[in-house]
Amino acid sequence: MRNFFFIFAKETKSYFNSPVAFVVLTIFSALTGYYFYNIFASFSTLSFQAQTNPALINQYGAFNVTEFVIRPFFGIVSVVMLIIMPMLTMRSFAEEKKTGTMELLLTFPVRDSEAILGKFAGCMGIFAIMLGLSFPAMLLVEYFGDPEWAVIATGYIGLIMMGAAFISLGIFMSSITENQIIAAVLSFASLMILYMVGYTAGLAGEMVGRVLEYISFSFHYEKFARGVVDTSDVVYYLLFTIMFLFLSMRSLESKRWRG
Amino acid sequence: MIEVKHLTKVYGEARGIEDINFTMERGEIMGFLGPNGAGKTTTMRILTCFMPATSGTAKVAGYDVFEDSLNVRRRIGYLPETVPLYTDMQVPAYLKYVAGLKDVPWKKIKSRVGRVMEQVGLSHMAHKYIGELSKGYRQRVGLGQALINDPEVLILDEPTIGLDPQQIIEIRSLIKGLSGDRTIILSSHVLPEVSMLCGRVIIIDEGKLKAIDTPENLVAKLQASDSVKARISGPADSVISALKGIEGVKKVESSGAVGSSGEYVVEFVRGFNGSHLLARVAVERKWDLYELTPIKMSLEDIFIHIVTDEDSSL
Repeated sequence: MRNFFFIFAKETKSYFNSPVAFVVLTIFSALTGYYFYNIFASFSTLSFQAQTNPALINQYGAFNVTEFVIRPFFGIVSVVMLIIMPMLTMRSFAEEKKTGTMELLLTFPVRDSEAILGKFAGCMGIFAIMLGLSFPAMLLVEYFGDPEWAVIATGYIGLIMMGAAFISLGIFMSSITENQIIAAVLSFASLMILYMVGYTAGLAGEMVGRVLEYISFSFHYEKFARGVVDTSDVVYYLLFTIMFLFLSMRSLESKRWRG
Repeated sequence: MIEVKHLTKVYGEARGIEDINFTMERGEIMGFLGPNGAGKTTTMRILTCFMPATSGTAKVAGYDVFEDSLNVRRRIGYLPETVPLYTDMQVPAYLKYVAGLKDVPWKKIKSRVGRVMEQVGLSHMAHKYIGELSKGYRQRVGLGQALINDPEVLILDEPTIGLDPQQIIEIRSLIKGLSGDRTIILSSHVLPEVSMLCGRVIIIDEGKLKAIDTPENLVAKLQASDSVKARISGPADSVISALKGIEGVKKVESSGAVGSSGEYVVEFVRGFNGSHLLARVAVERKWDLYELTPIKMSLEDIFIHIVTDEDSSL
């Protein structure tokens, strides 16, 4: 517990000692903010037009700010996460291996699990700040409109769970190589495939389609964005996270054996 | 304190170390000597639990490095050869981090960091990032992190490599000051350093332990293959052939001339000192014998001797 705390604190600090945290947070806010502006502005334009042209209401259905702004916004946040998370996680073990600090870390009285969980929590901390930066957008919606806060809450819960899964996968990729670029590319590719694999579901047969759907990130996120917390989705993200944290542990252990 | 039995490490096809055995008492300073790639670092990495041995056992402070690795790791301080540090951290922050991981009690972390920084001469570098420090200061930070938990066993892999002479002297006296109750293993290429600091020396070559003894004993044992320097006046050719004729002489070399006399290095077979025979021959031939001195072997000579001589076993 103690070691976990020290590693967590050190990880968080070193994200801010280097430009990594600032770059990641800035890019995330810029991309999601830009998207938010676009969708919110087009929603307001459409609402004005609908006042004079009732036909539009028939075309779009009910004008609901949650449906029209919040849900797509969460969708885009998850896509930006897909790109940004590998940059956050790539250094966790790859850098230590490259610079040799791994040799010292492994000779300290620290369990592999403590090192991995410390680094995982460090990334989660930055990720939490990242999500926090998107929160003012929700306040803006609240100021101008009337969003459903329950949906916002489940949306954030879903994002946090998905983020945890992304981070654990990224840490695993970082633990199998000492090259940060390779770690980032491998994580990005695997996240991307897991994100898109659900799209194939319609083309595949019944059984295969359902399996593909089940293993895809986006399929499980969709319900969170609609305000539904389904146990099967929660279990999916939790298992995914635990599995990759476990694999990272194995990977560290094997590193020891290979010398 | 340290007990190593039949330690062997095999890297795929390559041999790391083979059947290394030694024990160390509390408070001993042991020097590891050997050419590059001899297996010094491998042995140290096994002792520090960085990697497991292929076979054999090693115990540090009574705990097995494989079975009880956490307990071993709590009791050691390790300075790897490359001194890997987090360059984006400030010196005190880094030492605090290591102190935390090495189980220094919460309340003592601050005072311990302060003391170690003073001990290794880093107090005036408190505001610097490690990345800004010179090699010598990084070495001190490395030594500082090894000392932070006041370990019973210190394992230092080439602690003075790449330092300037002034820094080398400082680090050496620092290490000397650390001994006492602490058991220290250090590896080095610099032989005088080892003979100066270490109570005992292990010579490793090609993964095998070639010799283990005090520096003095190593010298004494090898001294058995006596060489003497003799200064004799007389025609060089006949002196050399006369010397070669002496019983037990292996080799005679002329090493220059001083005035009318010539200097010769005479090597006897191992374990036989024929200085008296040499003197007798000089007297019989009516040559003047000005000097007859045994040539002392430095640790360098022994090292070269052991790692180049196939049949040398001590």
